[in-house]
Amino acid sequence: MHEPRGPLIPSPAHGPSEATPHATVRSYVTGFVLSVVLTAIPFVLVMSGLAPAATTVPICVALGVAQIVVHLVYFLHMNTSSSQTWNTAAFVFTFVIVAILVGGSLWVMYHMDMNMMPGMMPME
Amino acid sequence: MNIQARPLPVATAPLAPEVFEVEEEHHDAGAITTLGFWIYLMSDCILFASLFASFVVLRGATAGGPSGREIFNLPYVAVETSCLLVSSFTYGMAMISAESGKRAWVLRWLGLTLALGLAFMGLELHEFAKLISEGSGPDRSGFLSAFFTLVGTHGLHVTSGMVWMLVLMAHVLRNGLTEANRTRLMCLSLFWHFLDIVWIGVFTVVYLMGVA
Repeated sequence: MHEPRGPLIPSPAHGPSEATPHATVRSYVTGFVLSVVLTAIPFVLVMSGLAPAATTVPICVALGVAQIVVHLVYFLHMNTSSSQTWNTAAFVFTFVIVAILVGGSLWVMYHMDMNMMPGMMPME
Repeated sequence: MNIQARPLPVATAPLAPEVFEVEEEHHDAGAITTLGFWIYLMSDCILFASLFASFVVLRGATAGGPSGREIFNLPYVAVETSCLLVSSFTYGMAMISAESGKRAWVLRWLGLTLALGLAFMGLELHEFAKLISEGSGPDRSGFLSAFFTLVGTHGLHVTSGMVWMLVLMAHVLRNGLTEANRTRLMCLSLFWHFLDIVWIGVFTVVYLMGVA
């Protein structure tokens, strides 16, 4: 094993901290603990069967979304700083596309199912 | 990310542009690679969104076969989820070690991340094999086709992430934490955390909503 370039000292001109926003052990631990909690709650809720599906499903979805936000902030270090304008712009654009794609598909397919129900076909 | 349009080298700054270019080129390379990779991830996001949409549409299409409630084992999924979540954390630790230039620790954390990824894939493949042997393979119903496609695509991504991680470990072992390797580590970090985010969607929409 050899070390051709030696230990790399980040130079102030292009240190990694500029490209990668500040990551600390603390932020990862915070993100991890929050994720564990946000994962444990829906699993326990569904496995215990304490509440009916009508209650648990919206809670699971809400906690899932919350956990995604936690991951984006603490693991992917997304923020609103000007250095991340392009990342954020791409993300927002994707979010809109995903919303149209998923929301639109479900909307269309739900109504199609409803209109294709036996007995709902217009009789000649 | 500093990729705004640069002022054109006009008469007002006759000498500066060249010096400026050389110095900026290097710094921009890593940042632009990362941004490009981020845009790839966003397109991957759309791929998964289509798979999620098809899954939700086909969720009830069991064709007389088993439904999610009958085939999903939540404690098993909880173990899979923990593997992936802990691996996200260990990758984060690898990134922090990389930032402080600790090569040996980067390799240890990456090794641990890889082991957790392997455990996850082992569990997933075992689940798939069990379902197929019980006759609940992807050919059984629309629901199962959508299930295998969605979860399988995620699994393929995790597998390619692990291959990438192995290659990157070799790179770091050979050349140390060079600028290029740091950029690669950053891209894989985005990829790995992204896969964990997709898995949040999978366990919520497929498993939890399937059993609830």
